Amino acid sequence: MFVLETNRLTRHFGGIKAIEDVSFKAKDRSIVSIIGPNGAGKTTLFNCFTGITKPTKGSIRFMNKEISGLQPHEIANLGISRTFQNIRLFSEMSVIENVMVGQHTKRKYNLFSAIFHNNNFLIQEQNILQNAFEYLEFIGLQNFADMRADNLPYGSQRRLEIARALATEPDIILLDEPTAGMNPAETEEVMSLIKNIQELGKTIILIEHDMHLVMGISDWIIVLDHGVKIAEGKPEQVRNDPLVIEAYLGKETIN
Amino acid sequence: MIKDIIEKIRALTKKSIIFRSSLIAAWAAILFLPFKDIKTAVMMFLSVLIGLSAIFFVRKSNFYQTFLEEFHPDFPHRFRKPALIALLIAFFVSPFILADYYLDVLIISGIYIILALGLNVIVGFAGLLNLGFAAFYAIGAYTYALLNTKLGLGFWACLPLSALSASFAGLLLAIPALRLRGDYLAIVTLGFGEIVRLTLNNWDSLTNGPNGITGIASPSLMNLSLGRLEYFYYIVFAFVLLTLAIIRRVESSRIGRAWIAIKENEIAASSIGINITKYKLYAFTFGTFWAGIAGTLFASKMQFVSPESFTFIESVFILSMVILGGLGNTYGTVLGAFILALLPEVLRGVQLYRMLILGLGLVLLMIFRPQGLLGGGKSVRIRN
Repeated sequence: MFVLETNRLTRHFGGIKAIEDVSFKAKDRSIVSIIGPNGAGKTTLFNCFTGITKPTKGSIRFMNKEISGLQPHEIANLGISRTFQNIRLFSEMSVIENVMVGQHTKRKYNLFSAIFHNNNFLIQEQNILQNAFEYLEFIGLQNFADMRADNLPYGSQRRLEIARALATEPDIILLDEPTAGMNPAETEEVMSLIKNIQELGKTIILIEHDMHLVMGISDWIIVLDHGVKIAEGKPEQVRNDPLVIEAYLGKETIN
Repeated sequence: MIKDIIEKIRALTKKSIIFRSSLIAAWAAILFLPFKDIKTAVMMFLSVLIGLSAIFFVRKSNFYQTFLEEFHPDFPHRFRKPALIALLIAFFVSPFILADYYLDVLIISGIYIILALGLNVIVGFAGLLNLGFAAFYAIGAYTYALLNTKLGLGFWACLPLSALSASFAGLLLAIPALRLRGDYLAIVTLGFGEIVRLTLNNWDSLTNGPNGITGIASPSLMNLSLGRLEYFYYIVFAFVLLTLAIIRRVESSRIGRAWIAIKENEIAASSIGINITKYKLYAFTFGTFWAGIAGTLFASKMQFVSPESFTFIESVFILSMVILGGLGNTYGTVLGAFILALLPEVLRGVQLYRMLILGLGLVLLMIFRPQGLLGGGKSVRIRN
């Protein structure tokens, strides 16, 4: 079964074709990597999935429901969550609050419950706190729950963003360069973290430049170049695709 | 020769706190001399000297740092509870001790605390700069004034009505204004504030224009008038506590967290499912609700309202309270409102210069503690 399908997805910015006719399908509970040189349109693709930019043409279907044109929070409610290339944590909040706020749409109560602290409030708030701690444990930051988010080291901030995204209880989680700026040891950690997320039964789509990671964990790879999908397939297929090699290394010229 | 003397003075300034303070105090006194007599200048010298020495000593002894660590709202509640209880008792018994004048000042500062708490929801939590908050205060005050004088409705019946009408006005302004952010929103709210004031000023048939509305009733309870200062003090006191309790509870709920998330990063907030528009509207209507409450209290306290009380300066004054206390910090806002409402009265001795001193104080605060008195700490919005 496919959880996410795009059909001839196109996004233009003025005369620039950021994405052009991109179609692909992501299988349920798989890890899909989107790779490509800088400016290939990877992040724009993510922005289209999450409603931050509206596609110019084409469709995005999530669990057979058309989601292009929906507001970002509506898409998040349906079950797509993401992290950002440039970290966007709520820096004034503590680490645990960053995860608690992720539960916003899953554990609800209204203004009056909040004012009167009624039963519903107490139960929900208890759940929120408990779940948030579980997600922190999952990413290994439970000992830093009280710290201000912006005091965390860089690598931990990236992991915290993943925890916040998980707290929205999504079906698909989009990771935009989760290992950017990390050293090899941290990258290994993120790699096993992504595997663990997959074991939770979630689909993962990631943008990544680290080929070791991409080739190591992906079930499916999509290669973009100048907004166009130039190849897709299993890691070993993509690795040997001449078009991919050309996009990354340039064309071989033989006199 | 001269160079040597200057060098020596410099060294002495660094070494001796008293010397440094007296140097600055002398400079301040000389500045005052052209405007006032010698006596005022000497008074100025002495007060600046004492004040500055105190500040320098406190700084040197690290007292301030420990003070903040002990009493900062985020610090585990070792000292907070007893301190709060002592404060409550002090405020509770003050009508028996204090003269009417002081009670009056306390009542006014109570009203300002409610106002500042309301504005803090909008500016401090949701990050929406509002320069027209006095308009909602005015709407609250005039709603009560009109309902009371024209229709004869009582204080308790009008209170929710005027709070809701201020809230409704907040909603009406928010719907178009929320497409804007930052500076643009500030300009729109500023314009709204002026529109409301000018309307009140010129709609003679309804509001009696600049002459204002007189003869507004004080609150009463079962035919017992609560207009006496002591009674009114307790009413305002109760409302301050109520406002504080409710806002603290909302702040530490999912609603408060959503507001702060929006302030920090709108894109991230929407990507975890927070409906940005809805929660901004929420913040506007919830914050202006308290302006309506404060307006009703104000009108029934003064028994008179006129557009003069709701100028742009008033909005800025309320905003200063929030910023002074620490943007987004509820207890800080209370402190800031209390200090700013009290200060003009405390400085009444130096009449002409009180606004100058007030302004100077704010400038210095922004230089040395831009996050406000209690702001900038890690905020704890987890219910314990």
